Amino acid sequence: MDILDLTALELGQAIKAGQVTIPEATRTALEVIARENPKNNAFITLCADRAMDRAKALQDGLRPDAPPLYGVPMAAKDNLCTQGVKTTCASKILGDFTPPYSATALERLDSAGAVLLGKVNMDEFAMGSTSETSFYGPVKNPRDLTRVPGGSSGGAAAAVAARMGWYALGSDTGGSIRQPGSYCGVTGMKPTYGAVSRYGLIAYASSLDQIGPLCRDARDCAAVLDAMAGRDRRDSTSVDGPYGNVLAQLDGDLRGVRIGLPRECFGQGLDSQVEAAVREMARALAGRGAAVEEFSLPVMDYVVPTYYILASAEASSNLSRFDGVKYGWRAEGYEDLTDLYEKTRTQGFGKEVKRRILLGTFVLSSGYFDAYYKKALQVKSVIAGAYRDAFSKYDLLLTPVAPTTAPKLGQSLHDPLKMYLSDIYTVPVNLAGLPGVSVPCGADRDGLPIGGQLIGPAMGDALVLKAADAYQQEVRP
Amino acid sequence: MTWETVIGLETHVELSTATKIFCSCTTEFGGAPNTHCCPVCTGMPGTLPTLNEKVLEYAVKASLALGCTVTRRGRFDRKNYFYPDLPKAYQISQLYLPIGRDGQVPITWGDGERKTIGIHELHMEEDAGKLVHDPWQDLTQCDYNRCGVPLIEIVTEPDFRSGEEVIAYLEKLRSTLQYLGVSDCKMQEGSLRCDVNLSVRPAGTSELGTRTEMKNLNSFKAIGRAIDYEARRQIERIEEGKRVVQETRRWDENKDATYSMRSKENAQDYRYFPEPDIPPIELSDGYLDHLRAEMPELAEAKQARYQAQYGLSGYDARMMTGEKALADFFEDCVALGAEPKNACNWIMTQILRKLKELGAEPGRMAFTPQSLCRLLALVKEGSLNRNTAVAVFDAVFETNGDINEYVKANGLSQVRDTGLIESVVSQVIGDNPQSVSDLKAGKEKAFGFLVGQCMKVLKGQGDPKLVNQLLREKLEKL
Repeated sequence: MDILDLTALELGQAIKAGQVTIPEATRTALEVIARENPKNNAFITLCADRAMDRAKALQDGLRPDAPPLYGVPMAAKDNLCTQGVKTTCASKILGDFTPPYSATALERLDSAGAVLLGKVNMDEFAMGSTSETSFYGPVKNPRDLTRVPGGSSGGAAAAVAARMGWYALGSDTGGSIRQPGSYCGVTGMKPTYGAVSRYGLIAYASSLDQIGPLCRDARDCAAVLDAMAGRDRRDSTSVDGPYGNVLAQLDGDLRGVRIGLPRECFGQGLDSQVEAAVREMARALAGRGAAVEEFSLPVMDYVVPTYYILASAEASSNLSRFDGVKYGWRAEGYEDLTDLYEKTRTQGFGKEVKRRILLGTFVLSSGYFDAYYKKALQVKSVIAGAYRDAFSKYDLLLTPVAPTTAPKLGQSLHDPLKMYLSDIYTVPVNLAGLPGVSVPCGADRDGLPIGGQLIGPAMGDALVLKAADAYQQEVRP
Repeated sequence: MTWETVIGLETHVELSTATKIFCSCTTEFGGAPNTHCCPVCTGMPGTLPTLNEKVLEYAVKASLALGCTVTRRGRFDRKNYFYPDLPKAYQISQLYLPIGRDGQVPITWGDGERKTIGIHELHMEEDAGKLVHDPWQDLTQCDYNRCGVPLIEIVTEPDFRSGEEVIAYLEKLRSTLQYLGVSDCKMQEGSLRCDVNLSVRPAGTSELGTRTEMKNLNSFKAIGRAIDYEARRQIERIEEGKRVVQETRRWDENKDATYSMRSKENAQDYRYFPEPDIPPIELSDGYLDHLRAEMPELAEAKQARYQAQYGLSGYDARMMTGEKALADFFEDCVALGAEPKNACNWIMTQILRKLKELGAEPGRMAFTPQSLCRLLALVKEGSLNRNTAVAVFDAVFETNGDINEYVKANGLSQVRDTGLIESVVSQVIGDNPQSVSDLKAGKEKAFGFLVGQCMKVLKGQGDPKLVNQLLREKLEKL
């Protein structure tokens, strides 16, 4: 048995069965990281000693009734606060920031026995679709090191794809878990808004951000979700939902499940190989008993501008606290307070982050607020309404995750508008606060992974994962 | 030309909740710098605010008491600006849907003049920290203890026409919020801060003039003087043919004048937008009914009751209810069995006098209703005469010393020993034959002199009634 071939749940079982110890599993993962990280740059901070100490302590505390992911080594995106471990958001401005608290999601995984291997790379402050905007250098796609892993949770997706740990936590504001999942060929899930506490997630766009897992399959996603979802009194936007026994609901049976394919997601701009793979995925789902049909979702033209207005507006406010006064990096040679702010923020943030701060500041400015921000809020509710209507007819929707497979490194950043437009299939899911999962569904002629996206109604996380799991059972060799 | 002054107020009131508005840090005043804060109130990355339900409750109660319409589906907004005392670089406040709107506050001032002040809105927000400038080391340090202390801001319509009206409103506001128990409204500690917006216009016109905003008003007295000064300044400018600049002005207590702080003409753009980290606030009928039922009796209702139930005069009832602490003191005395009018007299003449002498507040005095009642009882049973009782009161007031012990230790109990008084009376009559014959000749004044002589021998402690009676009897027998 090569433990690297196991899923997180299988490894958890092997640990419980005594077939492998937690220190062995952790050491194995650290060896892979030592070998692969110089190639793909997935990790920003590695916690090797901490992880080994933790592994030994967990092994000593191993009991027959341990939770399913007990002892399984994992990684966390570097915008999730980890007490005592540097949390940089892949930015120069937070380069030396070590939080005195941990994200609720990580605390809950910690009590479920997770072993944190380290903090994984990302686009700076989760702004980007390629993981190239990191101050710590771009992440490379383990499937093809000349290509991007997607973003912003590119390090998390690359880590899971390159077997540098059994699962990773990412965050998804407009597709940042699902799209890198698709590019790297792993299963990535964005839960319903509020399902997972955002406490300790360094905010990009508060009303859209959601923490979620990137895993080897849907079953692992369900197990991670079960361990971390549910109301947290420290996040008043978190909700109590049907979480805790999602894994138990993955029975592979899709009889009676109605799946809608929005016609607008299979048209112009979509790569034909991606389209073919997603349509093939629809057939496989039908093979498990689902009723699949096309329908019209006429809001797709508005989702990208709406998303970028709202996300940038919130970001401009959320990132204002990084001013060099209290923590993080401070520019040298300033003359007065305004100069301190200007120099620190000019030199501390990267280009894409500054672009979005400027955009967000503009749309909130008096005289433009009504035309941009307020209008975008109204369109957001129209989009959410269109999805609600769709879910009155369908239990799930199926779309591509991204219009193409992973682009070459260095191809995207010179044309941000084109990069933004490639978020079209993922951003409406955040705008409507819905659960969505990116499921590997084949490869193009170059062998690059393609992802299909299953979207469910709010709180329909279990059904989304159940369909993803049924598909994975169907196509498993 | 006659000018009319038009004034509107923005009052910030610190709510007296035990913990801050969005975290569980203490709101206690003072404390070593940065000891009353946590990752949430200092806006550390990744932390989130969670609304203190008590703050909402207090803000709703204040809205109800000020006659506001309570917003049933409200929310918070972010006010964005950079300053080191604001660690998130935005203040969580309410712009679009404040908790209370369109209130009315009836006020009375002068010789019973009345009017109603309109409340434009009442909203909740968090306080910022404090910057401490150290000129010796040429540095500025941040103290975040006050960050997240809950405030309500109460904005009136421009309904005031004089400083008197403003002060009457502020007294009413303070009393109401104190009665509600939502704030202690201490101006010295900054728990009640007031900004005054003032403009002038020719009397009889309805268009508003250009206004200025005055800050740093630390007492009611300062507010009254600042209003007089600023109205005069604006009128003088206009009469000189100059224009009033819309700006923020600072009141300088020592110089008795206002100074320009910053012009509002290049005002900051706060880029307000709805706070995404706090869900909309939905208030149910049940919640509001519950709070309405919990509303305590406010000053006006108490005044009416004191007049009806205890027979106090309108003036006395108003004095007793001006401050909640005083009304509580009075009611405690009555509950302990004191005769209401008598207790009221003592409070008005002695306690208020003493507080004024000491510059103290009723809420902070050591002297208890129990002590006053003991004193009243001693007077009633004749153990102390009134003058001695006042002396005892003066002696024990500050520390709430034990009255019985003080009377005993200083031998102040009234002399009611008939035998002793009779012998003193005989002695005084013997020593003052002239007065006795004057009295016999019809000069009634001489009787008072003889009583005074008796009291002198008795060191002022003789029971005056008994001295009078025994002296009269003895003289008749002569």
